[in-house]
Amino acid sequence: MPKDHGIGASPKRREDVRFLTGAGNYTDDINVHGQAYVHFLRSDLAHGKINGIDTSAAEAMPGVVRIFTGKDFEGVGGLPCGWQVTDKHGEVMKEPAHPVLAQGKVRHVGDPIAAVVADSLEQARTAAEAIVLDIEELPAVVDMNKALEPGATKVHDDLSDNLCYDWQFGTDTETTDAAFKNAAHVTTLELVNNRLVANPMEPRVAVGQYSRAGGDYTLYTTSQNPHVIRLLMGAFVLGIPEHKLRVVAPDVGGGFGTKIFHYAEEAFCTFAAKACNRPVKWTSTRSEAFMSDAHGRDHVTKIELALDKDNNFTAVRTDTKANMGAYLSTFSSSVPTWLHGTLMAGNYRTPAVQVNVKAVFTNTVPVDAYRGAGRPEATFQLERVIDMAARELGVDPIALRRQNFITQFPYATPVAVEYDTGDYEATMAKMEELMDIPGFAARRAASEKNGKLRGLGINCFIEACGIAPSNLVGQLGARAGLYDAATVRVNATGSISVMVGAHSHGQGHETVFPQVVAEMLGIDESMIDIVHGDTSKIPFGMGTYGSRSLAVCGSAMVRATEKIINKAKKIAGHLLEASDSDIELKDGMFSVAGTDKSVAWGDVTLAAYVPHNYPLEDIEPGLEETAFYDPANFTYPAGAYACEVEVDPETGKVTIEKFVSADDFGNVVNPMIVEGQVHGGIAQGIGQALLENCAYDENGQLLSASYMDYAMPRADDIPHMAHYVVDHSCQTPCTHNPLGVKGCGEAGAIGSPPTVVNAVIDALHSGGHTHVKHIDMPVTPSRVWAAMNSQ
Amino acid sequence: MQMTDSRTIAASPEMVWAAILDPEVLKQCVPGCTEMSGSAEEGFEATVVQKVGPVKATFKGTVVLSEMVPGQSLTLTGEGKGGAAGFAKGGADVKLVPVEGGTELHYDVDAKVGGKLAQLGSRIIDGFAKKMADQFFSNFQDAVEGPKPAEADGPDADAPQAEGGEAKKGWFKKLVS
Repeated sequence: MPKDHGIGASPKRREDVRFLTGAGNYTDDINVHGQAYVHFLRSDLAHGKINGIDTSAAEAMPGVVRIFTGKDFEGVGGLPCGWQVTDKHGEVMKEPAHPVLAQGKVRHVGDPIAAVVADSLEQARTAAEAIVLDIEELPAVVDMNKALEPGATKVHDDLSDNLCYDWQFGTDTETTDAAFKNAAHVTTLELVNNRLVANPMEPRVAVGQYSRAGGDYTLYTTSQNPHVIRLLMGAFVLGIPEHKLRVVAPDVGGGFGTKIFHYAEEAFCTFAAKACNRPVKWTSTRSEAFMSDAHGRDHVTKIELALDKDNNFTAVRTDTKANMGAYLSTFSSSVPTWLHGTLMAGNYRTPAVQVNVKAVFTNTVPVDAYRGAGRPEATFQLERVIDMAARELGVDPIALRRQNFITQFPYATPVAVEYDTGDYEATMAKMEELMDIPGFAARRAASEKNGKLRGLGINCFIEACGIAPSNLVGQLGARAGLYDAATVRVNATGSISVMVGAHSHGQGHETVFPQVVAEMLGIDESMIDIVHGDTSKIPFGMGTYGSRSLAVCGSAMVRATEKIINKAKKIAGHLLEASDSDIELKDGMFSVAGTDKSVAWGDVTLAAYVPHNYPLEDIEPGLEETAFYDPANFTYPAGAYACEVEVDPETGKVTIEKFVSADDFGNVVNPMIVEGQVHGGIAQGIGQALLENCAYDENGQLLSASYMDYAMPRADDIPHMAHYVVDHSCQTPCTHNPLGVKGCGEAGAIGSPPTVVNAVIDALHSGGHTHVKHIDMPVTPSRVWAAMNSQ
Repeated sequence: MQMTDSRTIAASPEMVWAAILDPEVLKQCVPGCTEMSGSAEEGFEATVVQKVGPVKATFKGTVVLSEMVPGQSLTLTGEGKGGAAGFAKGGADVKLVPVEGGTELHYDVDAKVGGKLAQLGSRIIDGFAKKMADQFFSNFQDAVEGPKPAEADGPDADAPQAEGGEAKKGWFKKLVS
């Protein structure tokens, strides 16, 4: 029977009460007395030299407080990149300056040129129209291949070219080449991982505030990680020490990665609040979000798979170009390298894996982590080339994968990571059961009767989550530790506030984290609240991304709760006149083992704060503990996904008829929330596979900057819930964190795109269109129709 | 975007040539033009109000004539800035060839948009640019030779007609003849 409380139960999300009744407190809901508003004048050219900015007419306009340009920011730092990648020649990556407001040149459509602060937003916008720009248009580089050609226009004049780094990783070239030379079969595939815009429901907002009395700054911002913003902005951009800078990320309406990064607008509002001696607020419009939120993906890859005569994988070699955009966003450099290359072994015991990545500057919006970050790109290319190999060899794609699965754990891959645990056969078998693979032939026949082509797509994936062991990532170039922290504050009456470094912006931490503490203490979940999102309230935290919240911050919370239990047992031992080693905690009662002597949780907590009868000589009053937790390894969620599509041969339209995921997330705290995460992730992956594409023209003009041109998935693009089956019953608990959890936030977005494309190709082959080897995402009706009719 | 088209105008190449160089003609012919000043030698300055999909803006810009071979060919190059709406720029290579009954006017247009116009209007910009060019040259044809009565029933019935549509002769033709 399912549990009704604690770990394994599915209480409804307590945060939803405020979200669904309009009682959320988002950054745009925050209005500070006397605030002014900023409007950013953004470049409508992709590349240009700034010869002059005349703000004199605009400054004289009504309501204008002050107008800022790049000159005002010459004395402060640029936006930093948090990860220094070292290339295959031992050289560190090129790291161009990234000013808060453009200096000298504009480098992408949306690059902020000037900022008008005024009494009202309308006044700021009107005044911005009166700024006279003298910008000389320069040729733009958009295509990565053209950007790397000798003599190409340089995005950054002070760099030698547009190559940020040329990275190689995994098996050495000699061994890899030999494996390909000796292969019985080689499958080669060139593909594009389409550029995406994250599009969280809430656009970004920042409110900067400065108090002259104490010299204190406060920044309210839409962030997944307020402490990271405090660190990056305080230390690298504005030079504000931590104790003078409070960063608050209140309710945040979705992040999907794009709210991890430190953005110019945050630094601007903080800086301008002091310069204007007034709070300064910025709320992004949706149009601005398209051209200023970091984009995702945008890889172009050639992947080769070598197999021996028995169809065992012997080598994988990839050659990827990754678009960085015009500047390095906070974690941009790590995405195509350490978050991507380390996953290229997939679920398979391929002995040789070599990954090559060239990161390229172009005149486009910066590209950074987006749900999955590097791992979807790895999974897509590997699972597409395996599917293609199965087709070329005439073998069953499930059998080919199964034959090559890693079965022994721990398993050290040729790409540096060690999978601690997993059972890929179990998830594959579960997927087959839920998909009813034997019934597919009949379903295909039924579709054909209706004039449709039906395809079955299979995909396996592995991800490295629970980011990340600090000593390891430090060696790889990370400029921060990636531990997390939690403080468990037990109040006198026994209620608890848990201050956590993880930020919740849709994940449901406020529901899940109390389930864990309640389970450990045997008390009711309603006695426990989570506090997050405010650097003045929580001890420290590296935030929420990389499916890390429960695995890393949750582990810190477990460690802090263990400290609480240890201390509470000492207090209980004193009250019960017994040795604390004999005290047992069960269902909120401390009892002496083997006796009927006990004392309740509330009596112990009261004693801690009213220490009249208390071992003051041994322990301090109070009951509050903090723990920092640094993971020993990544976690490795894995799964097997399948989907069935119907293709209309007349129009090329693809509909997803059924989607099944069988995931191994290790232990699961709240099954309902895990299922919601996977449903959402798959929907985003379906969006990438069928609909979404961020398009630029050859001059660097952004063409898809509204929902008229950027197609987000809608309810009727995903299967009916009865055919949208997410399963997490296969559980091999993580071996190195106390909860045995692996993380579930990104799995759906990683596993689903190749599943969909594999299914579409399968459908087309069933209809005799065997010349179609691959279709790049998004697999739109026009692309499918063109592929079908390309012969 | 690029487009190429031609149309025959019932007037001599000399008359067509003179019309192209006349700022009053251009003002009448550029759809949405509210102001036009300058000269063929110095270049023209224009203000144009247009709505492209959801974006309505006032464009202030310049038109420069170059590569001028009187009575035969020239190149028009223009750029308009629409403030927050973005910008549009482009050029047209125009050739005049005498044919029976008048002049064949060939044009090759290359137009670009940027900023919000590109971001919000990219799906419709090709159609919009074609419509603008069609309207311009229809207006031009009407200005020179007067509108054909049958045109009102044609597929472009919704295209705006030049003022004085009832006149048999175009107003420019009347002016100079």
